[in-house]
Amino acid sequence: MALSGMRGLSVFISDIRNCQNKEQERLRVDKELGNIRTRFKSEKGLSPYEKKKYVWKMLYIYMLGYDVDFGHMEAVSLISAPKYPEKQVGYIVTSCLLNENHDFLRLAINSVRNDIIGRNETFQCLALTMVGNIGGREFSESLALDVQKLLLSSSCRPLVRKKAALCLLRLYRKNPDVVNIDGWSDRMAQLLDERDMGVLTAVMSLLVALVSNSHDQYWSCLPKCVRILERLARNHDVPQEYTYYGIPSPWLQVKTMRALQYFPTVEDPNTRRSLFEVLQRILMGTDVVKNVNKNNASHAVLFEALSLVMHLDAEKEMMSQCVALLGKFIAVREPNIRYLGLENMTRMLMVTDVQDIIKRHQAQIITSLKDPDISIRRRALDLLYAMCDITNAKDIVEELLQYLSAAEFAMREELALKAAILAEKFAPDLAWYIDVILQLIDKAGDFVSDDIWFRVVQFVTNNEDLQPYAAAKAREYLDKPALHETMVKVSSYLLGEYSHLLARRPGCSPKEIFSIMHEKLPTVSTTTLPILLSAYAKILVHSQPPDPELRDQVWAVFNKYESCIDVEIQQRAVEYFVLCRKGAALVDVLAEMPKFPERQSALIKKAEDPETDAAEQSAIKLRAQQQQPSNALVVTDQPPSNGPLPVGPLTLAKIPSISSNVETSLSDERLSHENGTFGAVDDSQSAMPSEGLIGDLLAIEGPAAAVTTEQKPVSGLESVVGGVDALALAPVSELSNSVQPIGNVAERFHALCLKDSGVLYEDPYLQIGIKAEWRTHHGRFVLFLGNKSTSSLASVKALMLPPSHLKIELSVVPDTIPPRAQVQCPLEVVNLRPSRDLAVLDFSYMFGTTLVSVKLRLPAMLNKFLQHISLSTEEFFPQWRSLSGPPLKLQEVVRGVKPLSLPEMANLFNSLHLTVSPGLDPNPNNLVASTTFYSESTGAMLCLMRIETDPADRTQLRMTVSSGDAALTFELKEFIKEQLVYIPLPAPVPSPAQPQVSSPPIDPTDPGAILAGLL
Amino acid sequence: MIHFVLLISRQGKVRLTKWYSPYSQKERTKVIRELSGVILTRGPKLCNFVEWRGQKVVYKRYASLYFCMCIDQEDNELEVLEIIHHFVEILDRYFGSVCELDLIFNFHKAYYILDELLIAGELQESSKKTVARLIAAQDSLVETAKEEASSISNIIAQATK
Repeated sequence: MALSGMRGLSVFISDIRNCQNKEQERLRVDKELGNIRTRFKSEKGLSPYEKKKYVWKMLYIYMLGYDVDFGHMEAVSLISAPKYPEKQVGYIVTSCLLNENHDFLRLAINSVRNDIIGRNETFQCLALTMVGNIGGREFSESLALDVQKLLLSSSCRPLVRKKAALCLLRLYRKNPDVVNIDGWSDRMAQLLDERDMGVLTAVMSLLVALVSNSHDQYWSCLPKCVRILERLARNHDVPQEYTYYGIPSPWLQVKTMRALQYFPTVEDPNTRRSLFEVLQRILMGTDVVKNVNKNNASHAVLFEALSLVMHLDAEKEMMSQCVALLGKFIAVREPNIRYLGLENMTRMLMVTDVQDIIKRHQAQIITSLKDPDISIRRRALDLLYAMCDITNAKDIVEELLQYLSAAEFAMREELALKAAILAEKFAPDLAWYIDVILQLIDKAGDFVSDDIWFRVVQFVTNNEDLQPYAAAKAREYLDKPALHETMVKVSSYLLGEYSHLLARRPGCSPKEIFSIMHEKLPTVSTTTLPILLSAYAKILVHSQPPDPELRDQVWAVFNKYESCIDVEIQQRAVEYFVLCRKGAALVDVLAEMPKFPERQSALIKKAEDPETDAAEQSAIKLRAQQQQPSNALVVTDQPPSNGPLPVGPLTLAKIPSISSNVETSLSDERLSHENGTFGAVDDSQSAMPSEGLIGDLLAIEGPAAAVTTEQKPVSGLESVVGGVDALALAPVSELSNSVQPIGNVAERFHALCLKDSGVLYEDPYLQIGIKAEWRTHHGRFVLFLGNKSTSSLASVKALMLPPSHLKIELSVVPDTIPPRAQVQCPLEVVNLRPSRDLAVLDFSYMFGTTLVSVKLRLPAMLNKFLQHISLSTEEFFPQWRSLSGPPLKLQEVVRGVKPLSLPEMANLFNSLHLTVSPGLDPNPNNLVASTTFYSESTGAMLCLMRIETDPADRTQLRMTVSSGDAALTFELKEFIKEQLVYIPLPAPVPSPAQPQVSSPPIDPTDPGAILAGLL
Repeated sequence: MIHFVLLISRQGKVRLTKWYSPYSQKERTKVIRELSGVILTRGPKLCNFVEWRGQKVVYKRYASLYFCMCIDQEDNELEVLEIIHHFVEILDRYFGSVCELDLIFNFHKAYYILDELLIAGELQESSKKTVARLIAAQDSLVETAKEEASSISNIIAQATK
């Protein structure tokens, strides 16, 4: 049994196993910890064997869940031991006990580096493994180059290189700059030719991480990925040991297809054809087999192929083939496949237009809502929610209601909220909406938040047609013996307002209504009582002719509560009592409530609010935004003569759209701001009983309002940066297509925003490269103007159009560039104050008789004047607190964010020179970052920011930015926002930023014309 | 990527933990407690995926042990499920029909093997043969070092007699 080879360790483990209870175990552990502590402290050095043994024991104790707050040093020190056995233990235990933020790790960097650059292969492996598993930013700064060397080295064996590839992946996640070196993309492409499958698998993981961040440098890898996929899935060309249950490395297949999904499209027709051939083969050739593992592996590949097909937006035929497959999957017995079928159907709905085909499977999906497995039920719920529209809303919502009574606690709130939202969004008529919500309250009152019933009241108040119906319904529910308190609230409110509309129906005389309501009074809490009192007063007013008996009863109630300890109740009782004696005045005061102003649904707002409690952490929020806007409720059954329209627009989430012209995107931006502040406008709506609550709900919008006032007119240039890219700069007019830029100018610009050297522009004759250095508020560019052609480029002109906040000096640009020559032009930049405006380089030259002129944005962005600064908790929070409120601290909820996982977002931030401090914010879904901004006016200014993300919906987040300068705070906030919502253009870009080319017919004899041509 | 790997026994005892994303000690304990509660209570014929805190946990039970791996929402679940099985097959080959006790008394071996299988939360090697070969090589390195040490101490012992 004791295979461990360390007797002491085995004995200890046996002892622990023999403990009868937790208490004994604790005693044994404490004893051992004491022992280890004294051994570590003793003057007498420990033998390597002993050290190893104790360190293992520590790890074992740690694994059992006990705090081990000492001895980390001993574990770390074993790393530098000369012999393999100790070193091995040192590395493994360190990587288990510590995480990347631990201080001791820093002490080990040197030893680790020595092992990596040393000649001993086994040591290299140990070091790479540990760095790959827990290496942090500092490791990435000091080791990345060495790791790269190992990966590329032809003399290293595969076992080292595959570890180096994954280690580099880790370092890249910690700091994307590690691969920001020239030619890295070429190397990646070369690495994909690797024959060793272990290395290839690791390299593919690395590629997935790289392209998930930005694919544009890696186009050359795309055909190689397709070839690998062909090799595996079509030719089955892999060594036997790399097949898994007869399938050629399913993992590599999955990863390869994942990498392909990060490219917007496959343009080369041959590559595309080969890819689709393989995909078709996978889609058609995957059968269900008995062996579980084979089945899983082949379906892992199949599902990845499905996502790739969806991503590539294949022909209609292939899409319907996919839906057919998914339809099959959601009906199979194997729960994993059923789960994934549902999940992928939901994904499919988001990317393509297959709603109608999916609707055919509605019955089957509804069956899954009753599955014994909660994971599957959640998927089914999400899918139903996503596929719901006006045609099937009735069926789906009724299913949800039915399921509500059976659903377990964990799902009820989500279910109730979803049902309420769908009912509101897609109601075919308002009566049905009222039915649904009342049923919802009846069945799951505990899970129906106040907003839901407030919403009912708003609708009924604003729709006269609905009032009698709603009152009658409320009256019906009051007959039920046990009522949820929310039901008491909503029905007494409705009856108070509208019961007089029912007066002639049986059981609906004011007196009867009062007495049935009054029956509920003893059971309700102090929040409901005021509503009841108001309802009584209203019923009394509406009773025609006055009923003295009723009047006495109601007065008695008021009387009773005149001395109530609750101020709200007491006040109402006293006031109503006095008012009742005023006669005519009472009728005015207690008249029907006026219509509510248009207002966004608090419900949907709640579903969007990233702060909502964790109870409904699912796709709900995303969906709330993505669902196509339906204004069913607003239009249904409303004859136009019916006065003001009912409550508000239902579509709220404004996803910053990529529009093709500046005006639209600008107005969109304003619009979304207005939307944000909607609710805050008018809430002084008199004595609505729950006003306070509504007020609170709306108050969330406060900060957004502050932002709006800050909003200043932005120039076209800035606002485009987010989405529209470069279109504004080069009016696409009067051009012949003779000189086209090579590559996407906008993408090149974006790449340069994150790094300091690269190609800014390229066409068949000229390449402009830049290299930049930044120090505080000064920057220095060197423009490399390279003539690619074999004849001279003439009339070269470069003109800087600096924005007002930048002082730019461009050195003299030579008039001609000789063939195949490169010219360097230094350019100095001084940043005067914070601004997101961009400098534009107006560049032109003559090639033969062709004039090429192009306007290029210069990547002297705001982030270039930022410098990393990392703060500790003690430094960060006092600063954070000292800057409070606008204009120094601004907060905004940003929607339509490019979905990034937290590490990806942290990477993005770090590459923008915003230093992310992991662990500073106790909430793991938040990012906290700091940076120093430099400009002449502000000097060095510390900026702090916090991003609160929502794990369930990566497309939205809340951002808070603060600094000591109001303009800086605003500019930085907008800048980060632009980076986050920047959506790369789909690849077949209709050639943005085309250079203006014109070939004026020059008469060689007319010197004036020649001169004009040159100018 | 795989954020962490957990091996939990049916009684809720932790047999192995490996964290590829930074979690503090406190968070680690909390994660283990929460997940044991969710996973150990699930019935036998349900699917192998649990949605948890905006992420997914893929798990599979082998005899008395639950193997769990936490991944991102958009990752391929079945692929990870088979990584688990791949790991189990390698353990099985190394220990010769592995059982929980093997992993209790040789937990360090399980860590060595896992390190040959995953790095940075990504699959490193999909060939069982290669992993077995590398682990054997490691074992023999340790063995050789031990022999050397004992022969040196013999020499010293004899010399100082």
